[in-house]
Amino acid sequence: MILDLFNYWVVIALMMIGFFIVIARGNLVKKIIGLNIFQTSVFIFYISAGKVNGGTAPIVVEGAKLYSNPLPHVLILTAIVVGIATTALALSLVIRIKANYGSVEESVILKQDKL
Amino acid sequence: MEAFSNELNYILLLPLLAVIGILMARRWPNVREGVSIITGILVFYFTWRVYQQVAQNNIVELKWLEILPGLSLHFKVDALGAVFSLVAGFLWIITTLYAIGYMRGHDEKHQTRFYSCFAIAISAAMGVAYSENLFTLFVFYEILTLSTYPLVTHAGTDKAKEGGRTYLGILISTSIFLFLPAIIITWVVAGTLSFSQGGVFTTSTSTILMSFLLILYVFGVGKAALMPIHRWLPAAMVAPTPVSALLHAVAVVKAGVFSVLKICVFIFGADALQNLEITQWLIYIAGFTILMSSLIAMRQDNLKKRLAYSTISQLGYVTLGALLISQSAVVGSTLHIVMHAFGKITLFFCAGAIYVAHHKTQVSEVDGMGKVMPLTFAAFGLASLSIIGLPPLGGMWSKWFLMLGSLDSGYFSMLIVLSISSLLNIVYLLEIPARAFFKPAPENARLEEAPSISVLAIMITSLMCIAMFVYASDLHQFLLEAGLGS
Amino acid sequence: MISHLPILQVIIPLLGAPACLLLNRPNLAWLFSILVSVLTLITSIALLMQVQAQGTISYMLGGWEAPWGIEYRIDFINAFVLVIVSALGAITLIAAKDGISKEIAEPKQPLFYVSFLLCLAGLLGITATGDAFNIFVFLEISSLATYTLIAMGDDRRALWSSYQYLIVGTIGATFILIGIGLMYMMTGTLNIHDLAERLPAVTASNAVLASYAFILVGVALKLALFPLHFWLPNAYTYAPNIVTVFLAGTATKVAIYLLIRFNFDVYEISAPQFKYMINMVFITLGIMAVIIASWTAIYQTNIKRMLAYSSVAQIGYMILGFGLDSVSGLQASLLHLFNHALMKGGLFIALTAVALKLGKVELDDLNGLAKKMPWTFAAFVIGGLSLIGVPLTVGFVSKWYLVVAAAEQQQWYIIGFVLLGSLLAVIYIWRVVEAAWFKPPKELQNAAGNVTATTSREAPVLILIPLWILILANIYFGIDTRFPVSISQQAAQLLFGGA
Repeated sequence: MILDLFNYWVVIALMMIGFFIVIARGNLVKKIIGLNIFQTSVFIFYISAGKVNGGTAPIVVEGAKLYSNPLPHVLILTAIVVGIATTALALSLVIRIKANYGSVEESVILKQDKL
Repeated sequence: MEAFSNELNYILLLPLLAVIGILMARRWPNVREGVSIITGILVFYFTWRVYQQVAQNNIVELKWLEILPGLSLHFKVDALGAVFSLVAGFLWIITTLYAIGYMRGHDEKHQTRFYSCFAIAISAAMGVAYSENLFTLFVFYEILTLSTYPLVTHAGTDKAKEGGRTYLGILISTSIFLFLPAIIITWVVAGTLSFSQGGVFTTSTSTILMSFLLILYVFGVGKAALMPIHRWLPAAMVAPTPVSALLHAVAVVKAGVFSVLKICVFIFGADALQNLEITQWLIYIAGFTILMSSLIAMRQDNLKKRLAYSTISQLGYVTLGALLISQSAVVGSTLHIVMHAFGKITLFFCAGAIYVAHHKTQVSEVDGMGKVMPLTFAAFGLASLSIIGLPPLGGMWSKWFLMLGSLDSGYFSMLIVLSISSLLNIVYLLEIPARAFFKPAPENARLEEAPSISVLAIMITSLMCIAMFVYASDLHQFLLEAGLGS
Repeated sequence: MISHLPILQVIIPLLGAPACLLLNRPNLAWLFSILVSVLTLITSIALLMQVQAQGTISYMLGGWEAPWGIEYRIDFINAFVLVIVSALGAITLIAAKDGISKEIAEPKQPLFYVSFLLCLAGLLGITATGDAFNIFVFLEISSLATYTLIAMGDDRRALWSSYQYLIVGTIGATFILIGIGLMYMMTGTLNIHDLAERLPAVTASNAVLASYAFILVGVALKLALFPLHFWLPNAYTYAPNIVTVFLAGTATKVAIYLLIRFNFDVYEISAPQFKYMINMVFITLGIMAVIIASWTAIYQTNIKRMLAYSSVAQIGYMILGFGLDSVSGLQASLLHLFNHALMKGGLFIALTAVALKLGKVELDDLNGLAKKMPWTFAAFVIGGLSLIGVPLTVGFVSKWYLVVAAAEQQQWYIIGFVLLGSLLAVIYIWRVVEAAWFKPPKELQNAAGNVTATTSREAPVLILIPLWILILANIYFGIDTRFPVSISQQAAQLLFGGA
């Protein structure tokens, strides 16, 4: 029963882990890592959704009758690119924050500026 | 039918054109004031034309545009509006004359802003007077509030801003919280906002809802200054005297009671109003306002404050008449708008004259001043008598009809209220000229009146108090023929 | 050419952005981006006229038939939003030059225009597309550009605000992605129109309700629905002034559009109890946004922050209209969407002019400033009156519709809260008006202050022109209401007729 939906349990576990890191960690880089885990869980979710039981990879080969759905995979390629762009932007922001505040710890930054 | 719509356009737009002229001529005071006066005369001429058309039972109507389906800026003149606009138009000229003397004699700053806002306020008052529906009335009512705010805070001192805040706070919050919801509910329930003979509500409308609406309207029109919504009026007395004179004795407060009168007569209608239980309670509140504010006025030493509370009391008369809704009462209310306008503006002019010439603001300071400013105090006495309601002055007629109206509607108690109020008027108003003439004069007293142009204005308005005694019958005739009241 | 308008709408700014980068000279980039944005505006107007003439336009990207290919589908509602967004984009860009040359270092200025056009392209893409996954992609394009734009603010707090927004925005976008995925699993399609047809069959399933919830929360994060609004005041306050103008006028508007699209078009919730609950949530959150955000605005000393909280409150009005769940309620929301773009755009441009002179917009610094900048502050007064909802301005029109919609359902308490919101707006707007017009100017003590005091005159013409375009539009559409009223009415009826 549980194993039937194994992928989805993994998705939820990763999602919660990522979410927790984003909320609980004060280090800005760790927050970004959490955000990445959070996004990755969604990638797995999409990829799992594309799997068709008994289907093979969606490449036309001799003898294959049932193919997995390729569309979610294509979609998630786009989402991965978007995720990389977000991470890159976030990291560059962190670099500038470090240059301006001398720290990447949320508590230290908030002490310097009332926000 | 639409032949006279041009006049309405002129009346509403000329003051706004004048604002442009005033702003352009800001470096040449004489040209600037000239623009004001010429516009005033033109506007008065057109209000007179409109008045005559209404007297001949011609329909004067003007539709500007439809803002939302069913909500339009639409003007249609009735007898009430014609009279109100005539008075406001006439007194604008006089007040401008007076203001020239006052503002220059007092060397005030920001005179350009003063005259511009003044012109906008007049245009707004005219819009209120001529409105065909509640929406138009509300729009111009709000413009009137906003355009008079810079006038109230004119001095720019902390006290002026404090007063301005009270002024704006009370007027805006009552109109947003009470007046506007009342209009919206009326729109949803009755499906129209047009003023119509006999009211807009059908007989099936629940009386509870109508009672609720009546309360919203009567208190929501904060400019009518029914207690407890009266605090803004004394607060507004920080304004320069010409502002208090025209706006807070004529245009603004009269726009308030005028709105109440219009709403009672043309939104509720006489029959509906008489059948509502709540009406009598509101009548008692009006009576209470009349007496209470007279009592407060007696205790005020500041001359302008005393006049302000007197105004609140007199506005109570008009609201009372509107709620009594019998024909004599409504006619009495309309006449009272006119009579009180001439009387109270004279009193304010005099108060301003005393301030400009001698920098006195308190009642206790005028002892013996009659020798110094005989004309001013004579005019003050005359206007007081008119407000008290003694012949041969105009004020007598409005009180007469109001008392008659109370009897018609079976409110004997209100007759007593009106009589006591007259007695109180004598005490707090006549005290001032009495002190001036009969108390010993200060030493080195010599004749020194306010600038002569201001004295001229005072003379004109006080003579009008007498003239109105004679012309009241014409006005009465006009109101009856134009089909006012039930 | 005409038949390709829907894609041109997005392609023009998308290609304009790298071209701006190639120009690499601030003034050239500025002129070029104005050209691009004006072309975009013309496209959107042409689209709207086309929709009015012949109804919904469907455009197949690359000629692939929907629902397999990506479809761009323009009906009344998104044509309306496209015009608002592109018009504000063009107007903002005209005003941008003076503010940008002061706030951003010269080598980075062309990059500003690049990000701006990318953001515009993203927002227009969200609005124009008829494909759910495309929405996510464009949402991220506009979001990434927005984070960059905010981080360009000259205060270091801008960086922190941008980071905060990035985290929140990414979570929101990922939520939307999850929601779209769940929908795809249930229906096998990503085409919005197709989804709307197929979802009712499976609407009872928990997966559909879960996808609805994910999308609702995700969009609510993007549109700063109370209580998910915490990122917005910081982002608006520390972003470059001109960016605030643009964001206030467009970004939240597009998010509102998304919510409308999903809530009224895609999902048709048949269970009446669930529907009632959702409506109550909208109404409650809307009212809380209006009252609490307006109340907070009263206590702000930074005017930009004050107006940012006011924006949260205005979003509350729009959400309130959703909760009424009627044609007139939705119409009120759509009208307010248009009107709020006009008034907040105008108010924030006025603040741009002030910030250009003073460097900051604290309430105390405004004392007596109206004498020196009468045109700017006259515009501020009119914009403020419109925000309050005074008759003859656009603010009155949308509030009137909202109140009438509430009265139709006899929800009288809503009227009370809407009017209370107006009263609170009077208070926070009037603090500024009183300071600028009626207080004596403050003595400027520091040396830098003295320099600005002597040279400070009226704002540059390039700011005044767009400012007054917006302010006059506030009055014009408050008097001649036919255009927004008829369009919003048709859009609302379309959504209710189709759903």
